[in-house]
Amino acid sequence: MDIFLQQIVNGVTLGSIYALVALGYTMVYGIIGLINFAHGEVVMIGALTAYTVITGLLGTKAGLPVWLIVAIGLVAAILVCTVLAYTIEKVAYRPLRRASRLAPLITAIGMSIVLQNIAMMIWGRNYLRFPELFGTERYVVGGASITSLQIAIVLIAAGVMALLLLMVHKTRLGTAMRATAQNPEVAGLMGININTAISVAFVVGAALAAVAGLMVMTYYEVAYYHMGFILGLKAFTAAVLGGIGNLAGAMLGGLLLGLIEALGAGYIGDVTFGILGSNYQDVFAFFVLITVLIFRPSGLLGERVGDRA
Amino acid sequence: MHAHLKAFSVVAALTLALAGCGKEEPKPATQAAAPAGPAELVVKIGSVAPTTGPIAHLGKDNENGVKMAIDDINAKKVMIGGKVLKLVLVAEDDQADPKQGTIVAQKLVDDKVAAVIGHLNSGTTIPASKIYADAGIPQISPSATNPKYTEQGFKTAFRVVANDIQQGGALGAYIAKDMGAKKIAIVDDRTAYGQGVADEVEKAAKASGAEIVAREYTTDKATDFKAILTKIKGTKPDAIFYGGMDATGGPMAKQARDLGIDSKFVMADGGCSPEFIKLAGDAAEGFICSIPGAPVDKLAKGEEFKKRYKEKFGTDVQIYSPNSYDATMVVVEAMKKADSADPAKFLPEISKVVYDGVTGKISFDAKGDLNSGAITMYEAKGGKLEPLTTVGGK
Repeated sequence: MDIFLQQIVNGVTLGSIYALVALGYTMVYGIIGLINFAHGEVVMIGALTAYTVITGLLGTKAGLPVWLIVAIGLVAAILVCTVLAYTIEKVAYRPLRRASRLAPLITAIGMSIVLQNIAMMIWGRNYLRFPELFGTERYVVGGASITSLQIAIVLIAAGVMALLLLMVHKTRLGTAMRATAQNPEVAGLMGININTAISVAFVVGAALAAVAGLMVMTYYEVAYYHMGFILGLKAFTAAVLGGIGNLAGAMLGGLLLGLIEALGAGYIGDVTFGILGSNYQDVFAFFVLITVLIFRPSGLLGERVGDRA
Repeated sequence: MHAHLKAFSVVAALTLALAGCGKEEPKPATQAAAPAGPAELVVKIGSVAPTTGPIAHLGKDNENGVKMAIDDINAKKVMIGGKVLKLVLVAEDDQADPKQGTIVAQKLVDDKVAAVIGHLNSGTTIPASKIYADAGIPQISPSATNPKYTEQGFKTAFRVVANDIQQGGALGAYIAKDMGAKKIAIVDDRTAYGQGVADEVEKAAKASGAEIVAREYTTDKATDFKAILTKIKGTKPDAIFYGGMDATGGPMAKQARDLGIDSKFVMADGGCSPEFIKLAGDAAEGFICSIPGAPVDKLAKGEEFKKRYKEKFGTDVQIYSPNSYDATMVVVEAMKKADSADPAKFLPEISKVVYDGVTGKISFDAKGDLNSGAITMYEAKGGKLEPLTTVGGK
């Protein structure tokens, strides 16, 4: 039982990071029907920016408290990521908004490769070791061990997601975004600046990506130029699993994918009587995705804008 | 922002290109030495290791070993065929990727190197060895331990390190007998090296009466090991053996501690480095690992080598720079014996070389493996790897 509980803890931590990244995919898809493949790279840029700022500040003799250094690093990462996402949207996607659906998709893949290479030029090909900033406290609950860092990751992710839901459902800006998602032409006629609404979707997604990037880097203590690729792929899978275009779906999908991976690695051997081992953990995750899509083609919570698929 | 980035990338690209030009051009063979002295014989020596990516520190370590040997030889003014031997390093990066390994191997062959010191990983060494064998270029790997490398029957393949049958066998028996571990969990990273050494450890541990309670897998690029470690925790092993490199092993040891696992963490040579201790932090205390060969600091030349290495490169020896240094020296010994730097002439001499190097006495058996297969166990104490005992070998 304690092992099961431990796998749940592992899965929820990983899942909340996936959920944060998945939100970025789902917001953009919900509003313009584009799968923004460059989103994983925004996470990576966020992590590496935070790395440079934080290790730079730690190196100085200023003696700032650690929490302040991390806060400055996070703000810097959010700034860089939001400006980057805004620029990507404006330069790469906006001119193609009326083009066929394939054009922006291919542009997104190209953008992802360009960003990876720029990051490789700036930060190099090597794995960068992120220092352990906070002494990790370990708590044992029902036989499962939870670190203070894991608790912080889950709580911060939950808080950020709550803020996002509040923004989308309670503010004028959120209403404008939802209106644009439903029907951009009519929303435009009603006096909504749809360009602003779309930009906001990109910018907010990028801010979440920056937070996720710092979390991943602190959790695994490593950052490198292609860290966003697999993470982005997993988060995209999570968004599809929950129902792409749906905010609650992305959160649910992220958590579920984290849990499926942890439990898959933990129990796949027992379930298959030792034929398949933990090396099939990713296969197992995608098997679940395919099964869900066969029975619910639009994901678990359905797609909010059905006619866009 | 965008414009800045662009400008920056252009500058970065230009700098890279310029740096590349600077080091790639070897001196032409025709260039005469100092007017008074005899003519120079310029010979290219290839060194291949992953100098970028997760184990770049190990790749650089191997390359530095070759560099140091080349500088020492050039300073000694060795005479080959009536000319002063001048070695030139051609360093390549295989990114620890088997595919890239064969590409750079072909590049070195086309570049007409006389010998290759490398590659670092078994996974890249094995596929590349065929290319060197076809071209008749001797290859000495300082660190590839998978037995398959020398079992292919290539006359050009040598290594100056004990293979996994020797190392895994010694390590498996050590875990089961000396450490008294009755239940052992084994993880490997699915590379030729990791899988190979893990299989040998499993065999030897079983033969010594231990039980393998879990066999799990990860990859050499993974960062999250919590799921498999949690599963291992449920089997309550006395020891966890990981067949992989320090870049994944360090974080794994740390995550194991975070999960409250108090089993002994054991690795083979891939994790036996200062980098592992850096990555694992406090979790490194009590960590056990093995390196083929006698402990370098116990050997007369070892102490001096470590000191000179630190002076020259400003960092500590990771694992295999003493081996790559010796491998280069073995090549030169063979050249001296044949009195020629032509691979076809000095290749047969390599198998006859008996050389007293930094890592001990080097001589090869018929396959190209080391005759002496000593393995040293190390334990991490207070942030340093201390040799415990040396088993096997002559």
